[in-house]
Amino acid sequence: MIAATAELSIDVADVTVSYPNGHVALHEASFHLGGGSICALVGVNGSGKSTLFKAIMGIVVPAAGVVRIAGRPVREALKQNIVAYVPQAEEVDWSFPVSVWDVVLMGRYGYMNFLRIPRAEDKRIAEESLRRVGMLEYRDRQIGELSGGQRKRVFLARALAQRGRVILLDEPFTGVDVTTEAAIIALLRELRDEGHIMLVSTHNLGSVPEFCDHVVLINRTVLAAGPTQEVFTEENLLRAFGGVLRHFRFDESTVQKHDGRAVTLLTDDERPLVFGKGGHVEYSKREGREDVIRKRAEDEEDK
Amino acid sequence: MIETLLTPLHYDYMLRAIGVSALIGGVCAFLSCFITLKGWSLMGDALSHSVVPGVALAYYAGLPFAAGAFVTGLLAAVGMGFVKAKTRLREDAVIGVVFTAFFAAGLLLISLYPSQIDLRSIIFGNILGIADSDVWQIVIISVVTLLVLGFKWRDLLLYCFDANQARALGLNTTVLHFTLLTLLSATAVAALQTVGACLVVAMLVTPGATAYLLTDRFGKMIGIATAMGTGTSIVGAYASYFFDGSTGGCIVTLQTLLFVAALVFGPKHGLLAARARRRQAAEGRA
Repeated sequence: MIAATAELSIDVADVTVSYPNGHVALHEASFHLGGGSICALVGVNGSGKSTLFKAIMGIVVPAAGVVRIAGRPVREALKQNIVAYVPQAEEVDWSFPVSVWDVVLMGRYGYMNFLRIPRAEDKRIAEESLRRVGMLEYRDRQIGELSGGQRKRVFLARALAQRGRVILLDEPFTGVDVTTEAAIIALLRELRDEGHIMLVSTHNLGSVPEFCDHVVLINRTVLAAGPTQEVFTEENLLRAFGGVLRHFRFDESTVQKHDGRAVTLLTDDERPLVFGKGGHVEYSKREGREDVIRKRAEDEEDK
Repeated sequence: MIETLLTPLHYDYMLRAIGVSALIGGVCAFLSCFITLKGWSLMGDALSHSVVPGVALAYYAGLPFAAGAFVTGLLAAVGMGFVKAKTRLREDAVIGVVFTAFFAAGLLLISLYPSQIDLRSIIFGNILGIADSDVWQIVIISVVTLLVLGFKWRDLLLYCFDANQARALGLNTTVLHFTLLTLLSATAVAALQTVGACLVVAMLVTPGATAYLLTDRFGKMIGIATAMGTGTSIVGAYASYFFDGSTGGCIVTLQTLLFVAALVFGPKHGLLAARARRRQAAEGRA
């Protein structure tokens, strides 16, 4: 762990990453994050989100530029257990013969001796971490026997056990039920108040303004970075996603009785499902749905 | 009757064959747990074939066979890594091309200078006629492998399970990668003597694969695999005396029988258990 006096931060300065096959995944990306923040990393698939994660974790070495964590080079920061990582669900082999307890103890390896034999302190912290995510009673389960939300919580507990102060979360809400999503967000807020930095790669645009105070928009480079209310604008999002975003413009849709001012609903991967005031499905284009609109108008009059 | 059963144990060469087989069987089985979980089974097959030219060259040069085998084994591994990084080929194609190239070079070498090496003993193993110096090489390889695995199994397990986390913790994953690769080459060389180049991969995969079908805990998996590897090697070497058959063939056949048994009767992941579960689910719905 780093000393409490040291300023926690992530500094990405002009980072360019290219792969052996010549593909430039990230070009002169820069941003700064201070302690006590939850930052969303938003961009399309292939925009360099995972490359940026890899650069912060030292898995790829930038061809140019530097990443500094708490003012140190990445390798040094990793040695001090500053960086913890919560993997995407698809990256984990869920049939691997390890229990919940084994996984959480893995977070303590950096503190253990050469043989990685857990001391009482390691066990206490692992137990406390599992309790904090509400998974203590599942400690002896094989990880594949858990639900999507429980799996995510186990890996969060591992990050907690590691006492990482920079936590990278890759798509933490995919395959997670609403209750768990709320619980995870509550936990992330607690960690923020304790001064941690959370960097969350997500497709879930709707949840970004709900819990992220900072946003980094990325498309092969950092397009915009800063406080959510300044950066997370319709204009910036359209720039980040180009034509990839799916729109739902209320004035063009079958939603009726809007007052003419546009309300736009944006979503990345999935088309939004919108139910109108009467509880029926709304379509994104009025054209071709004239019969639907007529029928609904008649229903309204009947009432 | 008992007299007949004890006959093989009267011969020094049989005792030695059984002992060496048991040792190498156990070590390979221990390592096989990591190999199956890492998904390196094909790699094991490739390395066991790639060591053949090294064995041939070591004999010509009068060096320990393990040294030569080891060098070509690692060369093949590095070669595969290089071709994979530099081309758009998929890994299986890369492995296929590289290991057959090494194996072919070995065959060519041996066929050009046939007087010095018995090709059969490399391809099919010759544990009954093993020389003392070879026994020592196997013992040294086994002890070193057991020490490394004994001390570092937790790190290797984490590397197999979640390499990114290993890196985030500041572990040197390149070192872990090459440790595993080195152990794989070394044990492949040692097992070569027992079962031959063709069947080495069975020793390095089957026990781990069988244990994986039987348990969800890594500790138990190691125990089951090692017991199975040691047991089948002892019984196989012993039984080969009566059949007058290939020792390697006996050992691997036994392992396969156990694998099939685990596949059918495994308490949780076995075919019968799966069928019972399906039936139960169907009845539950009805």
